[in-house]
Amino acid sequence: MNTIPGRRIIISLFLVFLLLPIYWLVNMSFKTNNEIVTTMTLWPHQPTIANYMRIFTDESWYSGYINSLKYVILNTVISILVALPAAYAFSRYRFLGDKHLFFWLLSNRMAPAAVYALPFFNLYSAIGLFDTPWAVALAHCIFNIPLAVWILEGFVSSVPREIDETAFLDGYSFPRFFAKILVPLIASGIGVAAFFCFMFSWVELLLARTLTSVDAKPISAVMTRTVSASGMDWGLLAAAGVLTIIPGALVIWFVRNYIARGFALGRV
Amino acid sequence: MDKTINNKAWFLVLPVFLLVAFSAILPLMTVVNYSMQDTFGNNQFFWNGVGWFKELLDPSTDLGGRFLASLGRNLIFSLAILAIEVPLGIVVALSMPRAGWTVAFCLVVLALPLLIPWNVVGTIWQIFGRPDIGLLGYTLTSMGIDYNYVSNDLDAWFTVIIMDVWHWTSLVALLCYAGLKSIPDAYYQAAQIDGASRWAVFTAIQLPKMHRVLLIAVLLRFMDSFMIYTEPFVVTGGGPGNSTTFISIELVKIALGQFDLGKAAALSLVYNLIILIVCWVFYTIMTNAGAERRPTEGGA
Repeated sequence: MNTIPGRRIIISLFLVFLLLPIYWLVNMSFKTNNEIVTTMTLWPHQPTIANYMRIFTDESWYSGYINSLKYVILNTVISILVALPAAYAFSRYRFLGDKHLFFWLLSNRMAPAAVYALPFFNLYSAIGLFDTPWAVALAHCIFNIPLAVWILEGFVSSVPREIDETAFLDGYSFPRFFAKILVPLIASGIGVAAFFCFMFSWVELLLARTLTSVDAKPISAVMTRTVSASGMDWGLLAAAGVLTIIPGALVIWFVRNYIARGFALGRV
Repeated sequence: MDKTINNKAWFLVLPVFLLVAFSAILPLMTVVNYSMQDTFGNNQFFWNGVGWFKELLDPSTDLGGRFLASLGRNLIFSLAILAIEVPLGIVVALSMPRAGWTVAFCLVVLALPLLIPWNVVGTIWQIFGRPDIGLLGYTLTSMGIDYNYVSNDLDAWFTVIIMDVWHWTSLVALLCYAGLKSIPDAYYQAAQIDGASRWAVFTAIQLPKMHRVLLIAVLLRFMDSFMIYTEPFVVTGGGPGNSTTFISIELVKIALGQFDLGKAAALSLVYNLIILIVCWVFYTIMTNAGAERRPTEGGA
């Protein structure tokens, strides 16, 4: 009754459409450059892991992954920590300018990164954070903090207010109530918010590339090195691409049961 | 609706306010400052008033022409992907399996494109569409279709649009799926007793229930496609010619490529203003819709 005719075919076709380009990347990452350029093969006929070995043994390659993970994790932690109390405030209290503040926060989620690229470069150079993971982590806060506040506000609102009142009557101080009662109650919400912060920080390139040069260079910027005098190193590029998909895939696997709930709040 | 008024709540919001203000207001002030000045290098700046803004909105100048052309291209692009992704997302959400391990499998595969770094999305399609080494390009070419996204405008557009559909339809589908999941079974049972047709169930039950998530999906897709940068930049570099140069690409060209700070800043401000207005319109519609529905729904 609540489904449509031919749904198995539709969903299968769509999943194939999603997976095919990814398969092609994986396929290419196991080929030699010679095979990629000279023949059209649907699977690697001379499978090789040389492309992956180069990434894992060359420091300029694998440090890119470490740099990316550094600022993504830093950003996720900062966003969640500051968003939690704010989400509580927006959910429980009315205060001067609350609605305008909420809209202003959300409008920053929509601000184009291209607008901020140059001013951020000036700002973080001026305070000496340029080319550190902190610069990127703080810059990504502009869209991740509003997002985290938005998601967490929904989860805090689903906790009945009576629980707060009972806790305060029992003599809980505010910080203790927060840590011992509220946070465990919305643990799944924190998971969902962390997932989305991780996701948006991980996929962003423009700001990450603008705010780093050598020491904190993210993997997405390192990938542009595959263009060399002898032409494109397609196999290496594909292998690097596959490796950037893996952290995301792992995260999805862990939160798969919560994804639908996060989306259900309609707050992405 | 029964929130207590407490201005001390500001202390809880303060860290968020300070951090976002640091990243939003300070840079924006720099932008406003630049937008009024002209520079001839050596960090010497000259007052230019609203000159850049006048030029920006005048299609006969170079800057104005480029801005309005890229704005037009961006609007066409946004409308095209909305017209494809929203209906397709609804159909995919309706086709999701009901129960069992296939649900988790479908969710994971659907979410996969969302977690791929944007430049890798570009790389994937750059490779996939190449006539010599990509499956899509190779297949199309061997079918006798002259497909080359590097030299043909139409093919470049086709590639950029299908890439965006591949990348973001899942978001619409997941939002709609979540909206559908929140419909109680009793609604469907009632419809069955009334002998409602499949189409009636869709228009009378499912669509109204998805109303809120659909609004959010349209807002997010419009905004994100309106500021799209990385993916088309990697695939086409804005070309062939200027045919896929969207506003963000144009802006980065002017700001970081030519270092024309005044022009770039003026463009940024107008760009930001458009986004702010659209955002406000959606926000108002959304909060009004929420307020209307609350009494009948009991806060779903």
